[in-house]
Amino acid sequence: MDNNEMLRVSGISKSFPGVKALDCVDFSLRKAEIHALVGENGAGKSTLMNILSGVIPQDEGKLVIDQKIQKFNGPLDAVKAGIGIVFQELSLIQNLSVAENLFAGRQKTNFAGFIDFRNLYARTRELLSAFSESIDPRTPVKNLSIAKQQVVEILKAVSHNPKILILDEPTSSLTHKEIDKLFRLLEEMKTNGISIIYISHHIQEIFRIADRVTVLRDGKYIATRNVAEIDEPEVVSLMVGRKITHNHINRDSSIDRNTPVLQVRNFSHKKYFSDINFEVFKGEIVSMAGLVGAGRTEIARAIFGLLKPSHGTLLINGKKITPNSPVEAIAGGIAYATENRKSDGLFLDMTISENSIAPQLINFTHRRTDFLDQHKIDSFVENTIRTYGIRTSTAQAETRKLSGGNQQKVLLSMWLGVAPKVLIVDEPTKGVDIGAKNEIFSILRHLADTGTAILVISSDLLEIIAISDRVLVVKNGRISGEMPHQEITEKRVIAYASGIASNNS
Amino acid sequence: MNSGENRSTTVQSIAINLLTRVLEVRELMLIVIIIIGGTAMSITTPIFFSSSNFKAILLGLSVEAIIAAGMTILLVSGGLDMSVGSTMALSGIISCIAIKFGIPVFFSVSLGILSGTLVGFINGIIIAHWLINPFIVTLGMLSIVRGLVLILANGVTIINLPESFTILGQGKLFGLQFPIILMFFVIISGDILLRRSRFFRQNYYIGSNEKAAILTGIKVKKVKIINYMLTSTLAGIAGILMAARMASASVNIGTGLELKVITASVIGGASLSGGEGSIAGAFLGALLMGTLINSMNILGIDVYWQNVITGIILITAVILDNVMKRRRESASQ
Ligand SMILES: Nc1ncnc2c1ncn2[C@@H]1O[C@H](COP(=O)(O)OP(=O)(O)OP(=O)(O)O)[C@@H](O)[C@H]1O
Ligand SMILES: [Mg+2]
Repeated sequence: MDNNEMLRVSGISKSFPGVKALDCVDFSLRKAEIHALVGENGAGKSTLMNILSGVIPQDEGKLVIDQKIQKFNGPLDAVKAGIGIVFQELSLIQNLSVAENLFAGRQKTNFAGFIDFRNLYARTRELLSAFSESIDPRTPVKNLSIAKQQVVEILKAVSHNPKILILDEPTSSLTHKEIDKLFRLLEEMKTNGISIIYISHHIQEIFRIADRVTVLRDGKYIATRNVAEIDEPEVVSLMVGRKITHNHINRDSSIDRNTPVLQVRNFSHKKYFSDINFEVFKGEIVSMAGLVGAGRTEIARAIFGLLKPSHGTLLINGKKITPNSPVEAIAGGIAYATENRKSDGLFLDMTISENSIAPQLINFTHRRTDFLDQHKIDSFVENTIRTYGIRTSTAQAETRKLSGGNQQKVLLSMWLGVAPKVLIVDEPTKGVDIGAKNEIFSILRHLADTGTAILVISSDLLEIIAISDRVLVVKNGRISGEMPHQEITEKRVIAYASGIASNNS
Repeated sequence: MNSGENRSTTVQSIAINLLTRVLEVRELMLIVIIIIGGTAMSITTPIFFSSSNFKAILLGLSVEAIIAAGMTILLVSGGLDMSVGSTMALSGIISCIAIKFGIPVFFSVSLGILSGTLVGFINGIIIAHWLINPFIVTLGMLSIVRGLVLILANGVTIINLPESFTILGQGKLFGLQFPIILMFFVIISGDILLRRSRFFRQNYYIGSNEKAAILTGIKVKKVKIINYMLTSTLAGIAGILMAARMASASVNIGTGLELKVITASVIGGASLSGGEGSIAGAFLGALLMGTLINSMNILGIDVYWQNVITGIILITAVILDNVMKRRRESASQ
């Protein structure tokens, strides 16, 4: 017996109707270790973490924590056993303040049973400062950007002082700055003897932070390795069970620099951005990089008619349009895939099939009536599932039951299927595995080649480098830098985003 | 021996499959309950099993079922209308007053129905444009419209209506009163539309995630306003049928009806949080309640108990729904 062992999972199995999500999986975690868990979308990572945190029971298998066999009857048992978890999907209560979310159910009360808010806010500030965050504890969570919400979510788990901290894709909506802070925090926790399970689709992060890595594939345990003794291609080939060929993306060939499809002129908004000027040419993929809160999503939402700019004009194919709502924007040829699939992207209680046709119901009716044509829908959806490699037993499955990455694929498929003039995708590959990521890149490229102008908002610099013909860096609501793809490097983007470099200097 | 065992286990597993299917598809479950209850009643009392009694049951629930078609669409889209009972009275009163003024029946009736449509339009505008909670808006409207009815009728019941009007509620086709025929028409066409037409299916999207529906370019405001107008129009039609059947327009008609209608929809599978429900289910819900009340009448159970029992059924239906959902979820978790 390894005395240094914090957690041992042996022979865990879990089935859902139609899928064996986990098949006799073993896993072990040492004291003061950062252990990465990787695998393709639907490999069973979140399911295993749900079992470890008492959210769902296992069908078979046993959990040993700190040399004691544990049987969880609910999440509270797991908390008591010292397990803290940051779930893949945000789970904060939107209308409550940051402080109330962080200390939900643990607020100190005074003699009359009222919440002692002074104490609550003080403790919140202290916690936030551990992450050098300057969020007002009283802000309602719904007013925070997704990245800040993610930070609050992480701090909430940390505030319970867990012995084991589980992070299920914590960086999928963070920019490099928050990621750096997160990694510093994790290192510090590790030196304090805390064990960490870290799930991510960004393989390079594993090499920065983890000591060991365990790979799952199709619900089965594949291997555990020391990070020092393995390289990126090897991790990937363990994950997918075959060699991944990087699609060669050829750029520039189809860009028509005489035909701007989207032109944004002097776009300004009282609160979020000012003097935004740019265009996207026919066949071009332009990315917007920047820090959290730089205003990129807001610019996209303004183009899509969700936010009214205080002034500025928008031209599609040279014609001025002023969309006041998504309906008008879509009619004008603009499509927008949101960054938040759970809150305003997907219809989680509806089927994959119903989701994938949502933005274009009108194209699925019988020719002369308003009745939906089930045959048309079925063949479209079948094709979608195949193209995007959505892992499901049937198109009639509720979207909620899909793994996070597979949900993201459904969201993207909704909008890529529309073939608009201008496509805006906000964090398109959030939570998507490497294989599917390449697939999505080549679909985006294909769309661009067939004439769509594409605007990508991404926090993932490697993604930006891989896909963009041109990058715009946004800082504090202004475009602070622009570079063609030959000149894009991580360093330069970061320099512009943080204000070290600027175009006019 | 062995094969016999096998056969009995397959029979058993078929039976279990059938049972889970019946429990999962709400409409099937209601049909089974109604058949079982009906059979039991038929055995106990001969009066129950007669075509005249069946017609009486259907006539009794026709008004509720017609309005429930609209209410179900509203519930699916995440909305709700508390003002249907008052609207029903308004349309009855307005058309009867118009008739008394000598306006031809056809125009009087149209006026009555349009008054209903107008109520729905106002509800819809306030709810969809100013984003006010539908429960509050339509609760206010319930009170406003009932007040208007009392003012218009001066508190009295209008009687002595011409036969050209009363025939709308009393006339028959194929031996069935018009309200029953109209009910079947509304239920069947409504169910098909809500299941299959693009326009009405948009309600499921709105009810399951309104923000996402807006982003996918569904005209959420327009659909909502139309829903409220449709429901109130159906309430208006129901009001005319009721006044014609009773040959009088009473100011108290439709009091408390909204609860019965919502109960029917919810028993039929609609959820107050939106995204679920079917019109056929709502009809079966109304049929279940109608049959039960009819049985209680036949068995001589006190009328006051009927309210108690209706409430119990509503709560039971919701609890059952919750338990089933949780079981399905834990089975799939
Ligand atoms: N509640 C559920 N009901 C039915 N199937 C489910 C449910 N939850 C998960 N599954 C299925 O179990 C499998 C594993 O899912 P899981 O969420 O663990 O994947 P994952 O490794 O976390 O993937 P991702 O990287 O996309 O987050 C998937 O096929 C998924 O569809
Ligand atoms: Mg997952």
